[in-house]
Amino acid sequence: MARPIREKKEKGDSGNPKEDAIEVMATVIEPLPNAMFRVELENKHQVLAHVSGKMRKNFIRILAGDKVAVELSPYDLTRGRIVYRYK
Amino acid sequence: MAIHLRSAEELEKMHRAGLVVYETLTALRDMVRPGLTTMDLEKFAEGKIAGRPGKAAFKGYRGYPCSLCTSVNSEIVHGIPSPKRKLREGDIVSIDFGMEVDGYFADSAVTVPVGQIRPEVKKLLDVTRESLDRAIDKMRPGNRLGDVGHAVQSWVEQHGYSVVREFVGHGIGTKMHDEPNLPNYGEEGRGARLQEGMVIAVEPMVNAGRPEVRMRDEWVAETADGSPSAHFEHTVAITANGPWILTRPKDVTGPSW
Repeated sequence: MARPIREKKEKGDSGNPKEDAIEVMATVIEPLPNAMFRVELENKHQVLAHVSGKMRKNFIRILAGDKVAVELSPYDLTRGRIVYRYK
Repeated sequence: MAIHLRSAEELEKMHRAGLVVYETLTALRDMVRPGLTTMDLEKFAEGKIAGRPGKAAFKGYRGYPCSLCTSVNSEIVHGIPSPKRKLREGDIVSIDFGMEVDGYFADSAVTVPVGQIRPEVKKLLDVTRESLDRAIDKMRPGNRLGDVGHAVQSWVEQHGYSVVREFVGHGIGTKMHDEPNLPNYGEEGRGARLQEGMVIAVEPMVNAGRPEVRMRDEWVAETADGSPSAHFEHTVAITANGPWILTRPKDVTGPSW
């Protein structure tokens, strides 16, 4: 039986750790050095977030006050990844 | 991930599974004729292995429903046997079968003509079968994976056919799909170095037309341009004495299929 060159992982495990993230809405509080941002989640928690590689590649600029979507790892809820900037 | 090196004892176990595969495939090859359905082949294979040690490797593998893959004409691989798929004069059918015996796997496939086939289709089968022979000949310690892939690709493309990229040969042992992947294309001198004890299922898949693949569903892969496709496979161990085809008896020599 031939193997597909990109064999999918068994059901429910795509093998991509980024897929386990929790996505939440947030507002940018302040830009920090190293392209990091302090953002406030809907539940008023503040977390440190970086800009996703895809957004950086496409030069999506982020300013204080922007509404953004942030992905949080279920393991470390104090850091996140900004994956979308709303207009 | 590392590539497993198999002991002589493990190779014997895989050979044991391989002999069942060979016996089943040769019996299937001899029974193929117009009017049979691909499900008839499946039923026959099931009967053939019933009551013997080991089990069919494909059944239940990632949810695959059958013991055989039967891929007709433009189907490249992983055709699912069906009582509705009747073989007709002039068809070709790739029969792919694997066994697990005592925890060790063997996997092999052969493309069989149904009755009389057109000479250009016959040539496709001959070229594909020969590409397997050429690939197996490269399965020697010190060569590289790219040498094997290149042997297939150069032979196939020089006859105007094309090599499927989406599916590859694979390491095999205590799992059906193991490291490394063995594409049927490549550059000489590239890729992992082959060592004594490695076991790889070598399986050129060759399209008469263009190489593009279309997935009809989760399993069945067919040629995007509808051209016929051939597929031959053996499970091959690399030994100090050269390649050892585990999916056929030791006293069988000559061409791979």
